[in-house]
Amino acid sequence: MTALRRGVLALAAPVLAFVVAAVVTSVVLLGTGDSPAEFWQVLLTVPAGRNIVNMVNFAAILYLSGLAAAIGFRMNLFNIGVEGQYRVATFAGALFAGQAFLPGALNTVASVLVAMAAGAAWAGIAGVLRVTRGVSEVISTIMLNAIALSLVAYLLRRVGNRIGQTIETDEIPSNAWVPGFSLVPGETAELYGLALLAVVAGVGFAVVLNRTRFGFELRATGYSESAAIASGVDVKRMVLYSMLLSGAVAGLIGMPELFGASHAYGSTIQTGIGFTGIAVALLGRNTPLGIAVGALIFAYLAQQASPLGITAGISPEIILVTQGVVVLSVVIAYEVVSRYRSRLEQSAVAAALEAERRHEEVAA
Amino acid sequence: MSRTTAAPAGRLAVSLHRIGKRFPGVVANHDVSFEVRQGTVHALVGENGAGKSTLMKILYGVHKPDEGTIEINAERVSFSSPTDAIGHGVGMVFQHFQLADNLTVLENVVLGAEKRHGIADAARAEIGRISTAYGFELDPDELVETLGVGERQRVEILKVLYRGASIIILDEPTAVLVPQEVEALFANLRELKREGNTLIFISHKLDEVLAIADEITVLRRGTSVATVLPGEVTSHDLAELMVGAELPSPSTEESTVTDDVILDVAGLTVSDAHGRPELADVSCTIRAGEVLGIAGVEGNGQTELVEAILGIRKALAGTITLAGADLSTWGTRRRRAAGVGYIPEDRQRHGLLLDAPLWENRVLGHQTRAPSSRGIWLDRRGARADAQRIVTDYDVRTPGIDTAARALSGGNQQKFIVGREMSGEPVLLVASHPTRGVDVGAQAAIWDHIRAARRRGLAVLLISADLDELIGLSDSIRVILRGRLVGEFDPQTVTPQQLGSAMTGASERTEEPV
Repeated sequence: MTALRRGVLALAAPVLAFVVAAVVTSVVLLGTGDSPAEFWQVLLTVPAGRNIVNMVNFAAILYLSGLAAAIGFRMNLFNIGVEGQYRVATFAGALFAGQAFLPGALNTVASVLVAMAAGAAWAGIAGVLRVTRGVSEVISTIMLNAIALSLVAYLLRRVGNRIGQTIETDEIPSNAWVPGFSLVPGETAELYGLALLAVVAGVGFAVVLNRTRFGFELRATGYSESAAIASGVDVKRMVLYSMLLSGAVAGLIGMPELFGASHAYGSTIQTGIGFTGIAVALLGRNTPLGIAVGALIFAYLAQQASPLGITAGISPEIILVTQGVVVLSVVIAYEVVSRYRSRLEQSAVAAALEAERRHEEVAA
Repeated sequence: MSRTTAAPAGRLAVSLHRIGKRFPGVVANHDVSFEVRQGTVHALVGENGAGKSTLMKILYGVHKPDEGTIEINAERVSFSSPTDAIGHGVGMVFQHFQLADNLTVLENVVLGAEKRHGIADAARAEIGRISTAYGFELDPDELVETLGVGERQRVEILKVLYRGASIIILDEPTAVLVPQEVEALFANLRELKREGNTLIFISHKLDEVLAIADEITVLRRGTSVATVLPGEVTSHDLAELMVGAELPSPSTEESTVTDDVILDVAGLTVSDAHGRPELADVSCTIRAGEVLGIAGVEGNGQTELVEAILGIRKALAGTITLAGADLSTWGTRRRRAAGVGYIPEDRQRHGLLLDAPLWENRVLGHQTRAPSSRGIWLDRRGARADAQRIVTDYDVRTPGIDTAARALSGGNQQKFIVGREMSGEPVLLVASHPTRGVDVGAQAAIWDHIRAARRRGLAVLLISADLDELIGLSDSIRVILRGRLVGEFDPQTVTPQQLGSAMTGASERTEEPV
């Protein structure tokens, strides 16, 4: 297969998916009596500088969430519990940072590590259950989500301070805050300092997955568990490790906002990010770059949702429909393209062999 | 057998004419023609990959043929789904049962065929009628999960009959059965035949084919090469038709066996999940430069022996020593790193990552060693270069090392696995059916590679169902029967008949040691 053809095929799936998503969304809009033209006009308006910053901040958070889900997906582990791991981890990190055991930046680093450890431990419960008792991680992580929400809410009431309508953990001392930096010139809204964690985690994921033995074994287990076992991969250990890793990355999700804006864990914490991450991972085909694209698209759609109601009079919830349709059509489009690709590959093999045989016959 | 020597008369139930079917990159069938008379058992034989299953899926409406015609009861048909096929009285019993364990026999039978006789008394009566007519002895209210393999198969046949089929395709029905069950199945089949049903029996077990069939069609490389009568051929004749030309006869040159014991298995015992013994007190030794062949009917403990040696399956008792080191407590990875090469029985499930490129498949099973890795890092360049070397040295037909393993043909996949497992100078090669399903050319190449490695002092444990392969490659042959090593033979003097009777337990005595 030529490089050009390969490139065209690589682009075919996302383009196909977005065309389908656009058509379906428009049809839904027509069905509800809204104007698709106005919808697309609002959606395709170039966002203002402040909105771009918000979008990138949100994308960084979604990226970490997508990454956490993707680590499990790469070896067919469905960690649905990113949400719970993120809540537990952010709470633990905020609680630790609020105590100011350590000075300044040391406190920041230690708190991030505490959050990762808490996320890993929470995910590890599902991992241990799967490895020792054969409990499906889908079931256990869903249940652990419910437990995490209640547990954190309970602990927050025990240790938190009531501030107006909300309860919050002790505020992190300002010397441990991570300053943001300017993304759009002349704009006061800043990118979270710890948004860079997304870049670090993404590069780390890419390197580990593609360049290390561990990553190879992880992918091998995902491709074929039976072949991995026969090749000396300890699949149980891999299950446990990847759950721990997935939970640790889930622990990072809350960090940019915690150290950049909220400075405390409160009952106003953003919910549902762990679930959106699953969709982002699917959209990004579980590859480090793909997830980045997926996170940006989701963040963009979310950011453009708010003006919808104001300027076009369309309920912003339509964006959720668009997001859902995008994920579905991406999954389907990639499957279609990958089948087509493998057919092409097989006929390429056949054609090569046929040519060789003819050549031999001529020679003989 | 005498009644089958005369060509069975009667009208044609099935007539296939010049059937062809291509899949991307593969010609699965071409120019296949044969006819099946009503009320007979017609056997379809051929090696793995000869196109038997594809052909039957065409007849059952799963695939549409690219060319050729099908006639059922003298009527030209074109099926676009199995439902069409069943409508014309063609049913299929798959090798892998398609039953819901948590439903009863009755529920399984009526599932999807509720319109025929409802789901209550009428259905029960019909099941009872069929069951009695053919001696199936099935209780409609028993849960399928409590049934044995033979009974499940009868449920499958019952399902097909219930749907009104009179032409029944059986895809390797004996593969999953023990000998007594095979006898029971054959009794059922004879009963079915007597009632006027037509049976198409797919197998590669020639003795069974000769015992049950009225006519035999041989497929080779996707095409029908001959239709013969069982009374007029021997199993050797059939085998020759299946492989074409003469049987390839591997022959070892002078012995290269040394005194160095490489593998020493002592008292190895393995049980399944229910505590039933799968291997009982197995002991054997293999020296450097020696090929130990293990003969046996499939399912007598070969898989368990291999997996216990590789550390994939836990041994209940016994020790395994590799070049003096006790590896009983080692995991699979450490055993492989210690120099155990492994050619698995099922290459697609255990030997390859089908969707990964070839060069990544070079790493599989060798991920801890050069040239695949350095420390914790994958050595992409090293793995790619070595994958290229294997492709060249082992004549793997592929456009390149970035091609997914799935795109290669079975023989080329196998050559790649052999090349991979021979690299890094292994001390022991565990080879399960190394040439199963590969073409004759690839087979000869694989044999040559094993012989060459043996000359360099490799110890080989060879599991094979191909007696000629065993006799030709091995320095000594042991027979495995019901989890025990029962006989020891010298391949120079042993005959296939001697091995055959040891494998089936006809002679329990042990031959003179080599």
